[in-house]
Amino acid sequence: MSINKETLIMILTRMWIIRNFELKVMEVHSAGEFSGAAHPYIGEEAVAVGACAALRDTDYIAGNHRSHGHPLAKGGSVKKAMAELYGRVDGYCKGKGGSMHLADFSIGILGESGIVASSVPVATGAALSAKVQGKDFVSMVFFGDGASNQGACHESMNMASVWNLPVIFLCENNQFAVTTSYEETVAVDHISDRASAYNMPGVLVDGQDAIAMYEATVAAVERARSGQGPTLIEGLTYRYEEHSLGLGRVRRGEYRTTDQIDQWRKRDPINIHEEYLINNNIASREECDSIASDSEKLVDEAVDFARNSPFPEPDELFEDMWANPIPRP
Amino acid sequence: MTQALFGEAINQATIEEMKRDERVFIMGEDIRRAVYGSTANLLAEFGEKRVLDTPLSENGFFGAAIGASLVGSRPIVETLTSFMWVAMDQLISQAAKMRYMFGGQATLPVVYRALMMYGGGAAAHHSDRSYPMFMNMPGIKIVVPSNPADMKGLLKTAVRDDDPVIVFEDGTLAGMRGEIPDGEYITPFGEANIIREGTDCTIVAIAGAVNHAISAAENLHKEGISVEVLDPRTLVPLDKETILNSVEKTGRLVVVDPAHKVCSAASEIASIVAQEGFWSLQAPIQKVASEQVHIPFTPSLEKLVYPDVTKISNAVKNTLED
Repeated sequence: MSINKETLIMILTRMWIIRNFELKVMEVHSAGEFSGAAHPYIGEEAVAVGACAALRDTDYIAGNHRSHGHPLAKGGSVKKAMAELYGRVDGYCKGKGGSMHLADFSIGILGESGIVASSVPVATGAALSAKVQGKDFVSMVFFGDGASNQGACHESMNMASVWNLPVIFLCENNQFAVTTSYEETVAVDHISDRASAYNMPGVLVDGQDAIAMYEATVAAVERARSGQGPTLIEGLTYRYEEHSLGLGRVRRGEYRTTDQIDQWRKRDPINIHEEYLINNNIASREECDSIASDSEKLVDEAVDFARNSPFPEPDELFEDMWANPIPRP
Repeated sequence: MTQALFGEAINQATIEEMKRDERVFIMGEDIRRAVYGSTANLLAEFGEKRVLDTPLSENGFFGAAIGASLVGSRPIVETLTSFMWVAMDQLISQAAKMRYMFGGQATLPVVYRALMMYGGGAAAHHSDRSYPMFMNMPGIKIVVPSNPADMKGLLKTAVRDDDPVIVFEDGTLAGMRGEIPDGEYITPFGEANIIREGTDCTIVAIAGAVNHAISAAENLHKEGISVEVLDPRTLVPLDKETILNSVEKTGRLVVVDPAHKVCSAASEIASIVAQEGFWSLQAPIQKVASEQVHIPFTPSLEKLVYPDVTKISNAVKNTLED
């Protein structure tokens, strides 16, 4: 499969944006600049970035509680995302959504969801609409290994298959639902094995390899767009950080070893991609480094933007309840 | 004017709206063969793409309707109230909350038509009148028609509305025949219907309870008691002005609600009048709602649960005691 230079560079750029976004979020969150939970995507960048690189702007995605990587991978605004985490009026949702509810409908980001697997039926429905309306967009939903045990996932995969819908089920298997290993909770060896129960292709992909993610998703998108129906892709990956920043102070039992974390860090998705670019003479070390430092600047500017954006005024409390407003009770 | 059954009114509204707007499609369990009657002829008229029989996966297809509504479709979902419990995540976490939590970006023109199959031995698992629970959750408009004409006009409004709507269809009205206006009409949300004017007491009745309230009012009229009967028609939005104005005139209020009495629609209406219409009241507000028990199968017990003409008449008389 051919992948052009522009796409390869874009993949690196967006992975660096997500990495630096998350590192900055950890810093400012621990400094108390905003409250609430935030779930770092560090270590998993190749999954969303590789997958989203296979989509058009007119295609749709929906996501989950580990929520910053997906919109940034689809080209969302770093500033609006950061301002939303800060609860400011210039945030994606005017501060009403926060970390777990980033959305940008103008570029097909139908929103992240704090309830595990809850956006899977929604994305399936977007694909249903494509079919009913006879349009050629596809939709893709990101969900984790934990979500793969929710009925919403199974119901959606079955529906998508019987209706032959243009949807890609993208399981980000980071191997732990908070502290519980997927090996203890999933009855098959791989989540992608479940695809056979729904008569759709199930593809297990190295989730640390952005190009592998891209290629698997391109094939799934082609299938979807040409009316051949859904695909389940499992990107096997790992989260470097704890489940959530909000839970970081809670003392918990051990559930994974330092050795395991170190082993996964050695397969860092950004390193893997940079090595590929350099070894294949697509970009130099210096070019890669400058992409990294540019993304750092972008994130710093986003933090400035967020800090300087005002909180919503009190009268904003009652806005956005209704498309066709009704009197307040 | 022509006569139509409640289900025929639903059918007419659906066909008219699907003809009017190609973005409208309908999905649900067994709707192609119209097991509940109101989706008759849709498959022949509109084809398989716009008339979808779903798997028994309520959480899945309730959510799929939401997703479809976000990207240009206007789905109608047919279901029973009692099946909504297994789809609560999609109804609450997504349909109700999505627009607000995304700062107004999401527009969800989706209609859930939920049949309340109570009063006929359906027992505890199929007899839910659950609209008060959804009143408690901001973000969903709630429609409770009490006759065929309103059913048709309100369903057409629901399909055209850009927010999530649940239309609670009262199964006790299935055999009700009523006059339907000729030609195109819609019934707006948030406008109560003054069904009968009176001066001594106001009855606000919901859905199937409206007919019982009318009967009670007719009986009481023979005893010289003049009762005003209001049908709010929608609970979200609720036309509290018409209710408060009526209570200002009559000084007395009975609220009749087929839902369980605790935190019911009746509770909310009573609390509004207690807070905003207190100085009009000449007697304590009476709430006539379902007993706080599950729906028993046996007819001898089930009939004791719901508001009926006798309970309503007694409540009106209570407000008139010195």
